[in-house]
Amino acid sequence: MTTQTQTPAYVVTTQTKASQITAVAACALLAALVLLPFVAGRGLIQDLFFVLTMLVLAQFWNLLAGYGGMVSIGQQAFVGMGAYAMFGGVILAGIDPIPAILLGGVAALIVAIPTAFFAFRLQGPYFAIGTWVIAEVMRLIMAQTQSLGGGTGTSLPRAATREMWATEWIAELFDVRNSAARDILTYWLALALAAASIAAIYALLRSKPGLALSAVRDNPEAAKSVGVDAGRMKWVVFLSSAFGTGLAGALIYVQKARISPDAAFSVTDWTAYVLFIVIIGGIGTIEGPIIGVIIFFLLQSLLADFGSWYLFTLGIIGILVMLIAPRGLWGLITDKTGIQLFPVRRRLSGGTQDTSDT
Amino acid sequence: MSLLTTTGLTAHYGDFQALFGVDIALNEGETIAIIGANGAGKTTLMRSISGVLQNGPEMITLSGQPIGGLSADQILPLGLAMVPEGRRLFPSLSVEENLLIGTYGRKVDGYWSLEAIYDLFPILAERRNNPGTALSGGQQQMVAIGRALMSNPKVLLCDEISLGLAPVVIKDIYAAVPKIQASGASLIVVEQDIGQAMKVADRVYCMMEGRVTLEGTPDSFSRNDIHAAYFGVSA
Amino acid sequence: MIWLDTLVQGILLGGLYALFAAGLSLVFGIMRLVNLAHGDLIVMAAYLILLLVTLLGLSPFVAAAIAAPLMYLIGWGLQKHLLNRTLGTDILPPLLVTFGLSIALQNALLEGFSADSQRLPTGEISTASVDLGVMTVGVLPLLTFGSAVAVIVGLNQLFYRTELGRAFRATSDDPTTASLMGIRPSDIFAKATAIAMLVVTLAALYLGMRSNFDPNIGPARLIYAFQAVIIGGLGSLWGTLAGGIIIGLAQTIGAAINPEWQILAGHVAFLIVLLLRPRGLFPRAFD
Repeated sequence: MTTQTQTPAYVVTTQTKASQITAVAACALLAALVLLPFVAGRGLIQDLFFVLTMLVLAQFWNLLAGYGGMVSIGQQAFVGMGAYAMFGGVILAGIDPIPAILLGGVAALIVAIPTAFFAFRLQGPYFAIGTWVIAEVMRLIMAQTQSLGGGTGTSLPRAATREMWATEWIAELFDVRNSAARDILTYWLALALAAASIAAIYALLRSKPGLALSAVRDNPEAAKSVGVDAGRMKWVVFLSSAFGTGLAGALIYVQKARISPDAAFSVTDWTAYVLFIVIIGGIGTIEGPIIGVIIFFLLQSLLADFGSWYLFTLGIIGILVMLIAPRGLWGLITDKTGIQLFPVRRRLSGGTQDTSDT
Repeated sequence: MSLLTTTGLTAHYGDFQALFGVDIALNEGETIAIIGANGAGKTTLMRSISGVLQNGPEMITLSGQPIGGLSADQILPLGLAMVPEGRRLFPSLSVEENLLIGTYGRKVDGYWSLEAIYDLFPILAERRNNPGTALSGGQQQMVAIGRALMSNPKVLLCDEISLGLAPVVIKDIYAAVPKIQASGASLIVVEQDIGQAMKVADRVYCMMEGRVTLEGTPDSFSRNDIHAAYFGVSA
Repeated sequence: MIWLDTLVQGILLGGLYALFAAGLSLVFGIMRLVNLAHGDLIVMAAYLILLLVTLLGLSPFVAAAIAAPLMYLIGWGLQKHLLNRTLGTDILPPLLVTFGLSIALQNALLEGFSADSQRLPTGEISTASVDLGVMTVGVLPLLTFGSAVAVIVGLNQLFYRTELGRAFRATSDDPTTASLMGIRPSDIFAKATAIAMLVVTLAALYLGMRSNFDPNIGPARLIYAFQAVIIGGLGSLWGTLAGGIIIGLAQTIGAAINPEWQILAGHVAFLIVLLLRPRGLFPRAFD
């Protein structure tokens, strides 16, 4: 009797060589970033906090628009509601700001349900402005909410920020003042949120429903005909994007510690910037927002002193990228090199081996 | 010199090549028929000539002028109009507006005018204010032909004008062809209905898989020749 | 009596919103393009009028008459050279390009004119009013409303009575077949946006005479215009007027109850219509 080891003729993989290297490099980078506060100054930590939170917003907008085909201009709704829910938890219910961040994510998720109900009635460009209107409604409602500062806004109570979870421990560990410890804590949280978001989005896209999502984006009619439920995927994407955006919003405002309706629901800060990050980097890829946020940060550092010219330039760059390289910088790079760090597509390989049976 | 020629005409949809060096010629006052099975490249040929698809400039000439690289809106004023496959009336325009759009932006002299079209297809005069899409298939086809004639073209392309119509309606439509020929226009008629095409055509081209496989006058070849050219096998 | 006054004010305010919306409605009807910079273009036109008023000492009406052909050319060029390149089956490029344009315009205006509030000088007309017996109504709001009706009538005439209007409708139905009729869709689109910019200039004139404006108010005008278009039903010009009136009424009634509820009431009215009639009040039969 012979035992035949059967080699499968075809292998379906999503891995590429680059993606394996990426996995190793990502772990190393993550470890380095976790340890960074030991060597870096407070300014760099604050900058990185900004970059990481923008990256989270960009990844979730990209999931929504780039993969889900839902071009929203209303993501500030979830930043704002997340932030206000966190403030509400701290000010009205006396919860510690750190667990209150979770409250922010949940609140964004909850308001996303009626939002989706309205917005899904609108198609394409009307969806875009419809989401914007809903964000405006939320801004106006929060401006009427006197218990959270009304139109002028409010700050986190000093006591709550001073006694925030783990700050004392970090302050001792690094031998820094309470405020610097808070920056390190929020930086770590932002790092964790960014890593978890990318991992979760990547996992979602590689899963069966995620592949269905690409099918729906590429051809909704055909996808429907092979039994892909486009409607349900839209809900999944919209709600998870709202949840992630809400968490990021709450975290951003733990660090800012001061909120106002105009700032928390700002279309420029939470949607326009995010759009440009994704477009410049490359929409519909996980790599795109990462590259985009780096370029965005460099541009901002370079041009911040020029005030409105900075935003003007950003608008013009956005237009040019859309016209000249609609798949962004990362699209240009993959076209040239074929590299994919986060491959989503399943590739068929093998088929040459002879699997003769005896 | 021929009024319209294609020389080595090729056409692609992305990576897919639909035409492989098609040579046809249409002489002044002549009617040619282009027949072939589904997917033979007939409609692609029409789309290329009319300018919906762009080709190498020299591949197509009209009155000796290269037009292969021009777009449809540039070709129409040179005297070439098309009745597109599937009629394609404008749903938000009435019958009369559909006809008038054929003369958009130009003053056109010649035999064809609203009156002449209504004379050719009297039913359209009755329904002039109806939306074009409220008409029956045959009447819609009449509007589509009239709309193309309104520009008084030297060359009229008719792409599958019998498609989806009942035989009695097809007869009505084809009854108009001699009158169009008499007005001085030269015609290219694309048809799957070989019988109709043979009756009105001076010459016939048969296409298969993006190539011309047979060419001649309708009485010069047998059923078997056509069958071979049409399907690639002998009956 | 106060309620009657509120209703009339609301309807007249709706005229202004219909003026904001008419250009958007026209462009959408023809090429399915939503220009997110529409509000900023209104503000830009208001600054153009202001510039002509201050530099040449003209009346706002004369200045608007000079600004109109300039805006026409700007609209033509914008569509021909920028927006036409974004049209296609993918909705991302037009949205993102016009959004980029909106951001760029806002900030260019900020840089050029500062964030200070401006207003067009109006003379007596801003305070003049007519006595209707039961109430008095401002001349300027009446003039705005009359202009809105005139614009809607004019655009409808253009659409349904002229050769260009025929070409607009044919191109909107089927650009490929339209090109077989000798129509160049890119030219038609450029003309449509150019005409929309004429309406935008008129909207800017009344915006600038009736209230203060600054470079940042564009997006809010876009939202009101958009709401009017959606409430009215896509592609219906009279529907757009009705939509403008509904937003105007909702805002005025909201403000009468609590001044801080003005904008919110407009948004809520929009959401209610969306809930009950997702395709608007006067949707067109086919799309």
